[in-house]
Amino acid sequence: MILIPGRSSKQGTSLNAGKLKEEYQTVTSTIEMNESTMRKLGLSAGDRVRLSCATGKVEVECGKPRKDEDLPDGMIFIPYGPSSSELMESDTAGSGMPMSKQMVVDVECLGAN
Amino acid sequence: MSETKTPEAEKDEPNIRIVEDATCTFCGCVCDDMELTVDLDANRITKAKNACVLGRAWFLQHGIEDHPQAMIEGREVPLEEAMDEAARILHEAKFPITYGLSDSPCEAQRVAVAINDLVRGNIDTTTSVCHGPSGIAFQGVGESTSTLGEVKNRADLVIYWGGNPAESHPRHFTRYTVTPKGRYIPNGKKDRYVVLIDVRKTPSAPVADQLIRVKPGRDFELLWALRALVRGRDIDPDIEEITGVSREVLDELVERMKNCNFGVLFFGMGLTMTRGRHFNSGALLALATDLNKHTHFVAKPVRGHGNVTGADNVVSWQTGYPFGVNFHRGYPRFNPGEYTTVDLLARGDADAALMIATDPASNFPKHAIEHLKKIPVISLDAKPTYTSRQARVAFMVATYGINTGGTVYRMDDVPITLRPAFDSPFPTDEEVLTGIHTRLKKLRANGRKKAA
Ligand code: SF4
Repeated sequence: MILIPGRSSKQGTSLNAGKLKEEYQTVTSTIEMNESTMRKLGLSAGDRVRLSCATGKVEVECGKPRKDEDLPDGMIFIPYGPSSSELMESDTAGSGMPMSKQMVVDVECLGAN
Repeated sequence: MSETKTPEAEKDEPNIRIVEDATCTFCGCVCDDMELTVDLDANRITKAKNACVLGRAWFLQHGIEDHPQAMIEGREVPLEEAMDEAARILHEAKFPITYGLSDSPCEAQRVAVAINDLVRGNIDTTTSVCHGPSGIAFQGVGESTSTLGEVKNRADLVIYWGGNPAESHPRHFTRYTVTPKGRYIPNGKKDRYVVLIDVRKTPSAPVADQLIRVKPGRDFELLWALRALVRGRDIDPDIEEITGVSREVLDELVERMKNCNFGVLFFGMGLTMTRGRHFNSGALLALATDLNKHTHFVAKPVRGHGNVTGADNVVSWQTGYPFGVNFHRGYPRFNPGEYTTVDLLARGDADAALMIATDPASNFPKHAIEHLKKIPVISLDAKPTYTSRQARVAFMVATYGINTGGTVYRMDDVPITLRPAFDSPFPTDEEVLTGIHTRLKKLRANGRKKAA
């Protein structure tokens, strides 16, 4: 599946409270997928999920499903933070910029929280 | 303008100060129309009129933390001792790097460049991991540009590509680009057509008249197809299969772009952080240039941090290059991929790091973070972060725009002066950097004397 890290309002406001605080850590380790994708994977909001790629793996929580028209099938959104860093490759193809969006990841369901 | 209201008769009333025309430095919009109500007894901002949700959090959640000014390996030390240690680390390092700077005023950024010039270090800013690829593209393709004021007063076609300002820059639409009435846009939003191009339907979509969904990783192909159509060339009949956008939608967009009075392409990290990086930004800048054969068209990156644009400006006017600058040979050299921080850390080149107002330990790729853990780090930040937690020397500094003045550049390269709201017990990053710089000059002079 394709993982798209990005900014979100909650990530922005929790960042102001402090990155070492619980709210920021929760926001940046919660993913979003659309309804169909979650159904296909047998996931519900609150379930634990392992995302992995050649660079690393992280455990995150599944957030509320997004409408199908809002997020394409097979796409995962996550607010930027330590979890997305864990999966980010450091090769920048000579540009200085690591591939920070559209990362290909495997998804494994770990069951309810 | 600010005014302090200290009621003398009623001693119990809070000591309130109103700061008018204050500036929010949370994002690159750098809105300078804030009206802050400050409780001087509690050292807190209680109201931030005109601020968006992010700006309100920035101001209202800001308090004076109970935290030491300086620490060495987690132990509280006097500020002077921490500056001595920071200078020693930078002086003894063979490959010291400096990174961050996008949440510091220009005055501090200037000292950071001077430090690197002195120690023959490497200076890079957070630009390298946001619009660095656009910086590379500007050099290759050029930039047809304008201020946000011109957009407000003139733009009748506003296109956002790969960005979600509703969540990252909430007042971009309302203060500069969509809703405000302008000199030649008397009816505000009614006189503008707004297009959003993205891979997903973001919370910015309701503002747009049209949402165009591009397939992930196909921005370059879509931009190149638009360039061809603007130039009157034919394109691949399979364009819809390749990009997810039909020929009809493309033709309509091209006509709209060619026939507007003043068009603007705002672009975000959906272009720079994906496959193609600077080629994507370059294609968009070239499209804006092509459109100038038909009408007036400009392109602007939507910049993230409050003074990331200042960092580009200061590093450029001091070294000739915007980011990723190396002084090892005694003069500045620029080479993204070689002198950019992710690469320097992932390759294991750096042997000491000065991290200013940034938290690479929480947002860099894993391999870069692993190297950062192996070398001495000096951090300057206004809040405890993952980076400050692992730093050898950690300075807690005052927050720019809230506790300190100075200059920042808005995302359209317009400099703005800050009006602080209340004092902080913490030093400014300019003071800390100047202290380190002064010590480094002495260490180097002593070193030369010994050598002679
Ligand atoms: S748009 Fe940005 S600068 Fe303006 S108030 Fe919101 S966070 Fe602050």
